[in-house]
Amino acid sequence: MTDASATLGWWGVPLAVLAGAIRVSTPYLLVSLGECITEKAGRINLGLEGVLIMGAMSGYGASLASGSPWVGVLAAGGVGAVLGLLHGLLCSLRRVNDIAIGISIMLLGTGLAFFLGKPLVQPQAPMLPSIGFGFWSDSPQVQSALQINPLFLLGIALAFLLHFAFRHTRWGLQVRIVGDSEDAARALGYSVLPTRIIATVFGGFLAGVGGAFLSLYYPGSWNEGLSSGQGIIAVALVIFARWEPLRCLWASLLFGGAGALGPALQAIGITSGYYLFNAAPYVLTLGILIATCAPNRMLSGAPGELSLVRR
Amino acid sequence: MVNTRIERWLPHMESVGIPIAALLVAMMLFALFIAIIGESPIAVFSLLYQGGFGSAFSWQNTLLRAAPLILTGLAVAIPAQAGMVVIGGEGALALGALAGAVAGVALSGMPSLGVQAGILLAGALCGAFWVGLSGWLRHYRSVNETISSLLLSYIGIALLNHFVEGPLKDPASLNKPSTRPIGDANMIGNLPGIDVHYGLLFGALFALLAWGVLRFTSVGFALRIVGGNVRTAQMAGLRVGWWVVGAAAMGGAAAGLAGAIEVAAVQGSANASLIAGYGYAGILVAFIARQNPLAVIPVAILIGGINAAGGMLQRRLDMPDATVLVLQGIAFVVIIASETLAGRLRLRRSNPIPKLVVIQQSGAAT
Repeated sequence: MTDASATLGWWGVPLAVLAGAIRVSTPYLLVSLGECITEKAGRINLGLEGVLIMGAMSGYGASLASGSPWVGVLAAGGVGAVLGLLHGLLCSLRRVNDIAIGISIMLLGTGLAFFLGKPLVQPQAPMLPSIGFGFWSDSPQVQSALQINPLFLLGIALAFLLHFAFRHTRWGLQVRIVGDSEDAARALGYSVLPTRIIATVFGGFLAGVGGAFLSLYYPGSWNEGLSSGQGIIAVALVIFARWEPLRCLWASLLFGGAGALGPALQAIGITSGYYLFNAAPYVLTLGILIATCAPNRMLSGAPGELSLVRR
Repeated sequence: MVNTRIERWLPHMESVGIPIAALLVAMMLFALFIAIIGESPIAVFSLLYQGGFGSAFSWQNTLLRAAPLILTGLAVAIPAQAGMVVIGGEGALALGALAGAVAGVALSGMPSLGVQAGILLAGALCGAFWVGLSGWLRHYRSVNETISSLLLSYIGIALLNHFVEGPLKDPASLNKPSTRPIGDANMIGNLPGIDVHYGLLFGALFALLAWGVLRFTSVGFALRIVGGNVRTAQMAGLRVGWWVVGAAAMGGAAAGLAGAIEVAAVQGSANASLIAGYGYAGILVAFIARQNPLAVIPVAILIGGINAAGGMLQRRLDMPDATVLVLQGIAFVVIIASETLAGRLRLRRSNPIPKLVVIQQSGAAT
């Protein structure tokens, strides 16, 4: 790797950022699509940070136990769905604030994952395979950059599917109505709480799968520092994407690129600002939030029932 | 007379009773969890008690942890008075510690009391600035303060790591990268009689002060209006932005002070050991205390005790150190969910509103 990087020199940075954008963006993509469904239904789940970590841990454990990484992915999704269900049910109680429940689930998920994941730090679980799209090139960098995980492709397909579903299917319209106006949804005979709970369960499932990607593909191991804020960034990313699944896709790629900057610079020998480059996604998120939010008006495209944007 | 007095106390009993009941439920759920993973709940609980409150030594450990927890709890509870959910205490603590350590080294020629004051002031100011940013973003840019404070928290931790391992690294600290030590002479000493540093007193005083100001001046009222409805506050002539930023900054000052105290009383320099989860545990402290600054003190001692007992669980039962995190997580979920009971318990008599007496006009008399 170091020899090859030397021949590419500075050109290795944009290539590594591109490769990283594809690799790093997958969890952002899955979590933000999940959060997009939840927020479209009028609730915000800040607990997806905890769900992501739980998904990473349980996915790794299930892959280790069963020998199949795909079982791990399903297990991670299942655990995520259960946590989503918990969030959805508790928020349905009167006077219970969805942001506060989200914070509590974030801490519960983190604590549970650290506790149950202790024996998983050492052993090596079977990893998810990747598909090589770089066969046309001689350069090993290009080839390794185009090693693409099926979950990324699945995420892209899902983004298009959701884009279509929110516009053209009965189910998508139901979610949007419930998220935009409880009263209108009731008047049309849609049940508000079950719709929201199901939307949150979906969100939890996708966030769990995103966690499995972290532990079973990239970085590809289980440890306590695996996720630090990807879940929260993904929540903020949905605001940036104005609750549009396709924009979630582009935004995730952008964030993946920002997240890949630190390791890419490190690979060519720039190590001094390691922590600062690693903070790039947080700074970018904050900058984007500042740029997209504006005082004294609703964000365009925001679900009307969302406590996040109501003042 | 007696009845009205009881009725006056009922809301207070409710605000104490519900969290206590929720904590009991959380402990039962935790016991269930312990039983499922095949340990004895009784052994775990007795160790939690012993490790947190069983002896003078464990009390000392507990209070050492309670000192920063009081302050990080206030970092959530004070902004909450203005309706904000700020969860960036961890990063404000990190930056407060960094600023404190830098100030301590910069002022090293001065008398130690001056150095200590400088350390604490620098920490509090730095924390106030960092969390104040969240308040500013909320009011002037409509950025959700929960998300912005958490992002700022991650950035703060990254800045601490960067400076500790980069520009401000003491070349003498080989195994554990740290800033240059502030010097033994400038360390904050212990309270008379016990092996607990003055930071506990500072935290408790901060909490008392916050409680007093919120309770006995118009500040608390103003913050409640600002948190309740921005337009009402504006119509009442309140400078909303000033209050929002101010409440966030005061919370940040508490967290920054916690970091500076950890440097000046425990660590002696800024290093990665400061990132010990005090900021996140402080969120739990504030929510159990129902955002009451005075209640933050006992709750911080309780959570400090549970954290202090974590080591004992690890040594005696060979359980992971994250065991206390599980208990905290369960407690947090149950506490938030128990909010649904507020004002709905049948403690009060069923009809507290006096009935309207309809006076009929006797028009037919004339």
